[in-house]
Amino acid sequence: MRISISINGVKHDADVEPRLLLVHFIRDLAGLTGTHIGCETSICGACTVLMDGKPVKCCAILAVQADGSEITTIEGLADEGRLHPIQEGFWECHGLQCGYCTPGMIMSAYGLLQENPDPTEDEIRHGLEGNLCRCTGYQHIVDAVRHASRQMAAKAVKAG
Amino acid sequence: MSFLAKYIGQKVRRTEDPRLIQGIGHYVDDIKLADTLHVVILRSTHAHAKINSIDLEAAKSSPGVVAVYTGKDVEGRVGFVPCAAALPDLKVPKYPVLAQGKVIFVGQPVAAIVATDKYKARDAADLIDIDYDPLDVVTDPEAAVQADSSVIHEEFGTNIAFHHSAGTGDIEAAFKQADRIVSEKLYHQRLAPVALEPRGVLAHYLPGEQQMTLWSSTQIPHLMRTQVALMLGINENRLRVIAPEVGGGFGSKLNVYAEEALLGWISMQLKKPVKWIESRRENMTSTIHGRSQSGTVEMAVKNDGTLLGLKYQVIADMGAYLQLLTPAIPTLTGLMLSGCYKIPAISMQCTGVFTNRMSTDAYRGAGRPEATYLVERIMDCVALELKMDPVELRRKNFPKPEEFPFATATGLFYDSGDYEKSLARALEMSDYQKLRAEQSEARKQGRYLGIGVSTYVEICAMGPSIALPAGGWESATVRVEPTGKVTVMTGISPHGQGEETSFAQIVGDMLGVDMDDVLVIHGDTSIVQYGIGTFGSRGLAVGGAALACALDKVVAKARKLAAHILQTDESSLTFENGRFVGAPNDSSITIQEIAQAAHTAHNIPPDFEPGLVATHFFEPKNFTFPFGSHLRGRGRQGDRRGQGASIYRR
Repeated sequence: MRISISINGVKHDADVEPRLLLVHFIRDLAGLTGTHIGCETSICGACTVLMDGKPVKCCAILAVQADGSEITTIEGLADEGRLHPIQEGFWECHGLQCGYCTPGMIMSAYGLLQENPDPTEDEIRHGLEGNLCRCTGYQHIVDAVRHASRQMAAKAVKAG
Repeated sequence: MSFLAKYIGQKVRRTEDPRLIQGIGHYVDDIKLADTLHVVILRSTHAHAKINSIDLEAAKSSPGVVAVYTGKDVEGRVGFVPCAAALPDLKVPKYPVLAQGKVIFVGQPVAAIVATDKYKARDAADLIDIDYDPLDVVTDPEAAVQADSSVIHEEFGTNIAFHHSAGTGDIEAAFKQADRIVSEKLYHQRLAPVALEPRGVLAHYLPGEQQMTLWSSTQIPHLMRTQVALMLGINENRLRVIAPEVGGGFGSKLNVYAEEALLGWISMQLKKPVKWIESRRENMTSTIHGRSQSGTVEMAVKNDGTLLGLKYQVIADMGAYLQLLTPAIPTLTGLMLSGCYKIPAISMQCTGVFTNRMSTDAYRGAGRPEATYLVERIMDCVALELKMDPVELRRKNFPKPEEFPFATATGLFYDSGDYEKSLARALEMSDYQKLRAEQSEARKQGRYLGIGVSTYVEICAMGPSIALPAGGWESATVRVEPTGKVTVMTGISPHGQGEETSFAQIVGDMLGVDMDDVLVIHGDTSIVQYGIGTFGSRGLAVGGAALACALDKVVAKARKLAAHILQTDESSLTFENGRFVGAPNDSSITIQEIAQAAHTAHNIPPDFEPGLVATHFFEPKNFTFPFGSHLRGRGRQGDRRGQGASIYRR
């Protein structure tokens, strides 16, 4: 099937098998390997990307289902080389160790903060429950998201 | 040498993070080589079965398939999966990389399918028809030692892999003198380590150069190089193992697996790069498991709570084969049976048994958490029996700070400790007395409030070489480049621990250079001198010590050249913040200037070797013994947040 998917603002046209997973389209056809595969069953969340602005687990979506959509991956989050506040938060608060879950964790946090810009600790934990991390014990991840939420609020005030 | 702690102990942002938070680091599956073929491994669906036949015809003619291999192809050509642990009379079964005639655990590799893409390889795997004759299965380690159990390795005539005794002191006398003996049966359940990145291997053999590069998600690139070279019958120095970004290990990647040698061998056959990436399902069945001990612990005590002796009789589940350290894991339990307490006599009797399951091996603590659990559990049972406060029982039996180094009846010397202090802090943080008062009040009202207390001590910084099969030292090279930038090559292989940062902190302070001028290279056996790897809480403690020793050598060499250039005695010079000062004429010289002078070699003493590089192999004299306390109250309404406390000292 001929499909067209825009990833981080770049259009990718390809003739694909209907069974091709979106995550393989992103990693193998578009060559963006920041989106990781951890379970192939939509449990771990390592493959989370934004599809038309909403976080989705792309190991459980077919590429053909994403035909015509806009995808944002971890590589597309920084703005002209300037890290996104969520990326800054993970760096500042030691929100990662091995880094394998991190891209998915950051993309899920992005979705969470869009819906709820000022989440409580419980809301962050609930919001990220679809993403697994085996290194950190999660506390620093929660801190990172809170840090990002504060930075984004301060930025919004400045901009407003 | 004096240095200003500009970095060590300060909050710094991790050096590793910019690439990881932007998704531009490289784990094995992110490395793409042209013409790479993809391997899918067909695994046993039986826990114990004879293989009558394997029909490969349909798979071989499936679109995109390049080759299909089974046990017959590798027999006599690829060596057995290695076990490095040595115990007296240990039975080590031959562990082929592809099953030969029978399978003995679910997930055992049976066939390898090579195709032009992974979807096509997977399609072909579905076309392979294997005729199995199922045999009796034994998965319960306690059943495996019974006379009527089926025997997994017929050549041994038994499922018992080894017997191991540990401990010292007069255990029988201790139990005779005891006022009471408290015993408990304990199970440590089997579990899967589940690093978030599954395992993966990319092998690339160059027939012209007769050299192979093997990228593997591993904690031990150098040990893997040695073992895989032996398995493939190639010279070790022609095999380059690279551990790229590694997405967690937790001990599960402290191993040499069938797939590493198998992929190397396939690349040698096909003369192309070949890649295998483990699926999560494979990770559950075919990467090592942890724990799986069942045992009885007995404590001999006096009525006043004084501990006299501890016995632990345990059956340890090895699984079907022995992986790299499988039989060594329960011996670590034996070493830590004294916990945080003075126990004059300790005895462990361990029986290692084969079962029809994936091998057990090192997982998060590797035998030591088992010891902590059983010691702490029996302490609670003793407190209950004696109607003593579990905190008081623990305090009564702690060695005092002045009793360190403390010799245990398991043969260890705990270097230092203050167990009372960490427990006191946990009690204070959780307001223990108030918690107990609330508990007794709750009981009067018919409600239950549980209070759990635990202390722990762990054997870390593995370790003196005598304790490890391939040595326990670690290596570091420090090279100050002509421009003054500092390159570190470390034998450890971090996979989330952050030593690119912490080692740069050490260099920054000890050489007085900017952290950003330091590059830490690890995980590449063609760049880095031989090393042991990252496991057993050893990266910073042993690898960092090697680095500090190498830095001392660099400074000593730089001092020689500084004295020559400044025309003074070495002894008159002080090295401060990256500069040698104290020359009589108030002149000084920086480490960067020395590095340049050492490389141009235009003005050096006659006996001075050009360049500014030093290597150190550090042999630790002892392990380290970090300790801590944990306390938490929990009611039926759930966790009593704010009343839990964890105190750890590393």
